Amino acid sequence: MIEVNDIHKSFGDTHILKGVSTKFEKGKTNLIIGQSGSGKTVFLKCLLGLFSPEQGKIKYDGKDYSKLSASEQRNLRQEMGMVFQGSALFDSMTVEGNVMFPLTMFTKQSKSEMQDRVDFVLKRVNLVDAHHKYPSEISGGMQKRVAIARAIVMKPKYLFCDEPNSGLDPKTAILIDNLIHEITQEYDITTVINTHDMNSVMEIGEKIIFLKNGHKEWEGSNKEIFKTDNEAVTDFVYSSELFKKVRQMYIEERN
Amino acid sequence: MKTLILKEIDELVYNSMGIIIFISFFIGGVVSIQTALNITNPLIPRNLIGFATRQSVILEFAPTFTSIIMAGKVGSYITSSIGTMRVTEQIDALEIMGVNSLNYLVFPKIIAMLLYPFVIAIAMYVGIFGGWTAGVFGGFSSSADFVEGLQLDFIPFHVTYSFIKAMVFALIIATIPSFHGYYMKGGALEVGKASTTSFVWTSVVIIIVNYVLTQLLLG
Repeated sequence: MIEVNDIHKSFGDTHILKGVSTKFEKGKTNLIIGQSGSGKTVFLKCLLGLFSPEQGKIKYDGKDYSKLSASEQRNLRQEMGMVFQGSALFDSMTVEGNVMFPLTMFTKQSKSEMQDRVDFVLKRVNLVDAHHKYPSEISGGMQKRVAIARAIVMKPKYLFCDEPNSGLDPKTAILIDNLIHEITQEYDITTVINTHDMNSVMEIGEKIIFLKNGHKEWEGSNKEIFKTDNEAVTDFVYSSELFKKVRQMYIEERN
Repeated sequence: MKTLILKEIDELVYNSMGIIIFISFFIGGVVSIQTALNITNPLIPRNLIGFATRQSVILEFAPTFTSIIMAGKVGSYITSSIGTMRVTEQIDALEIMGVNSLNYLVFPKIIAMLLYPFVIAIAMYVGIFGGWTAGVFGGFSSSADFVEGLQLDFIPFHVTYSFIKAMVFALIIATIPSFHGYYMKGGALEVGKASTTSFVWTSVVIIIVNYVLTQLLLG
């Protein structure tokens, strides 16, 4: 579980996060949503330890990140997996090399043990024939799956995803969403996803946090988001005509 | 780490040998021809061509001129490769995994560049050979005169001085471009700008350090 308590973050005179508090529970898919510039990425980078908040605490299973020594922070980071918006795969390595990289850096496993683990996770993300291809030789959807495989190869306790389905077609986006959701439940990990995609919100949002201007404006589940009267949330969620019609149908059905 | 160092030796040192041999050969040749064409007084011995070629190549052309070329070739490669990793969040990925990204990316390059004096030794040899080829086959000097000039008043410390410069330049070529790549901000356009800036700064620092080392070691 990750507990966030009243974190503040500024860059110069610009106050980005203005006291955000929440909890991300284990085994659940937690989503952070909000408009561009609402502070989602900064919030995620604070959770990852890439930015240090000026005020507030972030606790990982009770451990306060700011009070850990540099080596303890590094050890904690080894328990985190991250799927970047652009996948961030190492260009100079093959798919297999990318997935094996954390194992070669942090474990003393034999070559065959590492190979077995890599084969297992690549099979888990439905990539069986791409071991020896380079990131530039595979599609965006496949790159995302390699990034997920690399993130879970060390059996992390925490999985973070920044816009995991941006730039993907709707069908592949749903596959990626479902894959992350299944992995979260299967490995019982704490997953935090930063997204704009309303389909992800509806499909896998077990807990949703809506950020607005650096504040937590609303939190709830994908079932509750349909019923909320919070104007900022409804404006954001139902900004597309399709979702406006879905909501209208839902209200008519309820009446 | 061993694999990374070997990869960097291949990329930074071995892959630069072609251009260094090519440039050194022709620079040595041009020095030889220029010296020969400027000897108009019949009292000046023809062995001066070999002497001037040796001194020019060992003292300046091999260590300094080659390093400026390497600042362009190797320096821009280092800046653009690290800068691209920064732009595409690959460095963030390393940090999140718990890898010390600065150490992982820069340290192997510094170790690989410790082989740079060997590159300079080859540049010296090829440069002098280029001078001999141009001098003898161009009809400016006999082989005996050229070789006599090469051996005339030879001071072994000049080679040591050249290798000291090469070692310092190697550290400059490995670190300044790495700094510009690692700490760059922005996108693809900024990667190009960072490469250009790193080449300019690496060259400027090499020229200044060359002056300071010459004053300290030979002055």
